[in-house]
Amino acid sequence: MSESLELHLAGEESALDNPVLPYLRQDRIPHIWCPGCGIGTSVNCFCRALTDSALDLDKLAIVSGIGCTGRTAGYLNLDSFHTTHGRAIPFATGLKLANPELNVVVYSGDGDLFAIGGNHFFHAARRNMDLLVICVNNFTYGMTGGQVAPTTPVGPTQTTMPLGNFENPFNLPFIADACGATYVARWTVYHVRQLAKAMKEGLLKKGFRFIEVMAPCPTLYSRRNRLGDGVDQVKYYKENSVIKNGIDTKDIGLGYQGEIVVGKFVDRERPTWLEAMDDHFSAVLGDRYTPYGPMREGE
Amino acid sequence: MSADPKGVLTGTHFLDGDHAACEGALAAGCRFVAGYPITPSTEIVERFAARIPLVGGVFIQMEDELAASIAIQGAVWGGKKVLNVTSGPGLSLMMEHLGYAAMTETPSVWIDVQRGGPSTGLPTLPAQADMMQIKWGSHGDYEIIALSPNSPQECFDLTIRAFNLAEEYRCPVFVMMDEVVGHMTERVVIPPADQIEITERKWTKKKPGEFRLYGTTETDLVPEMVKAGDGYRVHVTGLTHDDRGYPSMTVPTQARLVPRLLDKIRTNASKLVDVRMDGCEGADVIVVSFGITSRVASAAIDSARAQGLKVGHLRLVICWPFPAALIQQLTATAKAFVVPELNMGQMVQEVRQAVNGTAKVVSVPHPGGTVHDPGTILDAIVEAAR
Repeated sequence: MSESLELHLAGEESALDNPVLPYLRQDRIPHIWCPGCGIGTSVNCFCRALTDSALDLDKLAIVSGIGCTGRTAGYLNLDSFHTTHGRAIPFATGLKLANPELNVVVYSGDGDLFAIGGNHFFHAARRNMDLLVICVNNFTYGMTGGQVAPTTPVGPTQTTMPLGNFENPFNLPFIADACGATYVARWTVYHVRQLAKAMKEGLLKKGFRFIEVMAPCPTLYSRRNRLGDGVDQVKYYKENSVIKNGIDTKDIGLGYQGEIVVGKFVDRERPTWLEAMDDHFSAVLGDRYTPYGPMREGE
Repeated sequence: MSADPKGVLTGTHFLDGDHAACEGALAAGCRFVAGYPITPSTEIVERFAARIPLVGGVFIQMEDELAASIAIQGAVWGGKKVLNVTSGPGLSLMMEHLGYAAMTETPSVWIDVQRGGPSTGLPTLPAQADMMQIKWGSHGDYEIIALSPNSPQECFDLTIRAFNLAEEYRCPVFVMMDEVVGHMTERVVIPPADQIEITERKWTKKKPGEFRLYGTTETDLVPEMVKAGDGYRVHVTGLTHDDRGYPSMTVPTQARLVPRLLDKIRTNASKLVDVRMDGCEGADVIVVSFGITSRVASAAIDSARAQGLKVGHLRLVICWPFPAALIQQLTATAKAFVVPELNMGQMVQEVRQAVNGTAKVVSVPHPGGTVHDPGTILDAIVEAAR
């Protein structure tokens, strides 16, 4: 029996109970997520990554859009911004550029980031905006009741695809890679250790970093398609995931209940938008340039 | 406090309204613009892009107006004073973020260089047809402040004023230009920095733990502000929120929040009256105008006076909140109001409501594309004086 469990059974509450607690706004708990939902597991991993990265949490801001995953910002005890639908990335862009000292994380869902907000994802990656973007992909619009998403595989039923989806879904890591992201990974909420490690790597790296997190939506996706509950989905992740680090991202699109390729696919260096701006203006304007903010770590 | 000299181009210049507005923003301390080009406002962001590396700050051209109008708000929470620049179609795209700025009380200046609409309309030609859109275009109830310059000099002066009002009231403040004012070139005098008064952000002196993000008092409806990175760990949301900033979708929270967002402007409406009155005392007819139309109206008023008519001119410098009480007072002597505007009758509705049947109200509409023929306004004055 673990020490924390013993304390718990003895009725003595302790921070040892759950290392995640200090990162949460406990006055906002209980959260709105359904039993079996994978978002909470991803937040658990993120909190572990915060511990492991040893970052100054006063200098870390989290920005979410709208939707179930969009509620993440509100539960984390950080400077947190719950923005409009699809616009977490441009809000985060303004926040980061206004205060380059901040480590800015965008935490949102697949519908928010890739349907209504798709354009912003492409351009922020192209610019190598210094943001970590975490996308919890549950293949559906959860908050509005289970409509088809740009990630929904061909086959499953959604309320706005009542006879089954016939649209081709996005391969998210391939998009991130093609648009120029410096770090691209995909894990499922079964892979908690790997996911927490990827989040730590993402937090500590510069440039546009992208992590896709496959997560069950038992209420509106799994159950409606007779895929069982949250645990059944995690079992499916466990049995069908294959780790292929460094594989070409064009080959890792997700089919309906098919093989899931997970791993770290891209890890490279490119100058961030602010570094490029600083270098360019320094070279072109010389002494006439008024340097802007702390452009690089240590400066 | 006075302006940071770094952003102030002191001297006498020959500038168009767009360029002057940009200099106004820089003088006011604006150090972040996320822009998206759209005629006839583009020169404002072009000048900012060229000037800001010399002043110290950031310009970024975003992928669309949705991105531009929310990136500026991210920058406010990062500590910057910001400017949002657009024209009709872009303004339509920005409506959701107008509501976000109002709801989250994000101080921001919005310049709309108005062109003919609806839709793509007349990209290179003037109108004043967005006056109701800024007031009512985003869903839900909210309040904004809007200023209306009629010259490049005022584009400079009123942009500074807009920045100060945005900080004072923590709401979106509009500078409602139009294509003519934006593109007309005149003398613009930029004073020394120490003669430009700047309103600082309402930074809190409270410590984390004591501070409540939307904490207000009965006498001060405008909350104090912090920025990300200062250890306050704030939560900002467009959802209905309590004074901690936490989502609280309940009837009582909504009933506390929304009236306060309106009242912080409405209870100060008398402080926010800014009009230029010329010969209104004892006038039989008063012409109510704003922006470029005020200059055309002046010509018509001169002609009417030459005919012996007693005509006053009331120019709105602040259009929203609308100075209804002042117009009401003028009905004591004036028997008619003439309202020329480059739209099919928008602000005239406010005049009608203020007058409330106690005087004649004559609309002089214009679908836009050019300014009024002064003769049309003169005819309306003569007709109204009968």
